[in-house]
Amino acid sequence: MIDNDPLGFAAMLAAMTAAVIVCRVGGYWLLGRFAIGPRLRRMLDALPGAVIASTTAPILLTGGLSGWLAVLAAGVTMMAVRNDFAAVVAGVAMAAAARAAGL
Amino acid sequence: MDTAPQSQLRWTLEGFREGALATLPLMPGLCAFGLAFGTIAARKGLSLFDACIMSATVYAGVAQIIVVESWPEQLTFAAIVASAAITALICSRFILIGATMRPWLGGLPAARIYPLLYLLTEPPWLLSTRYYRAGGRDPAFVLGSCTATWVTWVSSTAPGYWLGASLGDPHRFGLDLVMPAFFVAMLVSLWQGPRRAIAWVVGSVVAIATAQLFGGFWYVVTGALAGSITGGFVDD
Repeated sequence: MIDNDPLGFAAMLAAMTAAVIVCRVGGYWLLGRFAIGPRLRRMLDALPGAVIASTTAPILLTGGLSGWLAVLAAGVTMMAVRNDFAAVVAGVAMAAAARAAGL
Repeated sequence: MDTAPQSQLRWTLEGFREGALATLPLMPGLCAFGLAFGTIAARKGLSLFDACIMSATVYAGVAQIIVVESWPEQLTFAAIVASAAITALICSRFILIGATMRPWLGGLPAARIYPLLYLLTEPPWLLSTRYYRAGGRDPAFVLGSCTATWVTWVSSTAPGYWLGASLGDPHRFGLDLVMPAFFVAMLVSLWQGPRRAIAWVVGSVVAIATAQLFGGFWYVVTGALAGSITGGFVDD
């Protein structure tokens, strides 16, 4: 059981929260000490796509066919209708259908 | 894109509402994730109150699940430091994510920006990035999206705690793929031509290689860094 040490639990929460805050705030704070030149600007601009790619690619590699079909359905729907909600629904529905079909 | 001077930035209720509404498509996925954490917390013997407080303060889904799953027998100083280190490792990608907000939010007063950054996770970050690139200049959009995400996460912890395994398998309904589907939709929105997409390919390859070679949680950071550096050297 976890709950036999209220003080320890509070210390654990404080330590984890501090670690999260340092990470969430640190990069922003650090960049405030630099002048942002064109190269750094391009690096920052490339980050959102790079984070998505590096989060998703390993999942797809091990996630089986339903993952690929879901991502494909979401991407095609997004290109066609430019609507986040439609894209997510298409992706999730495709995954559910694929799994129901045993894929 | 130049650093936005403070005079161009607004801070309005409409911006907040727009940001919150933009987050709606993700809520089923966020709920499924929050329910999963609640279920794990109940199974490991956390009290309901502690589970909810943890979701509200630590507010880092994967880190919470990993730490609760591997909860130490004795909460010694070393065990607490180790858990904080795991949390920092899993959250290290936020150092990069926060950095991208500097050109946009650099003009905001610290009392507004730092609480906002504490709540900044991937979904609001991506929605806000797209909003900014489309010409949006109201940082209350970011706060609206962050708040909606936080409320969804915290409020889904308790139902997961109570209902646990009786909820059925979210995998069967494809809910584990809400985030990947959303990410790909964002990627379509962020498309700026094939030259810029070289960075995505490099990021994917490095992330896959890292995951295969080392496992664990490093792959997001190595892939993101590799993609970002590549982007820095791809000229317009």
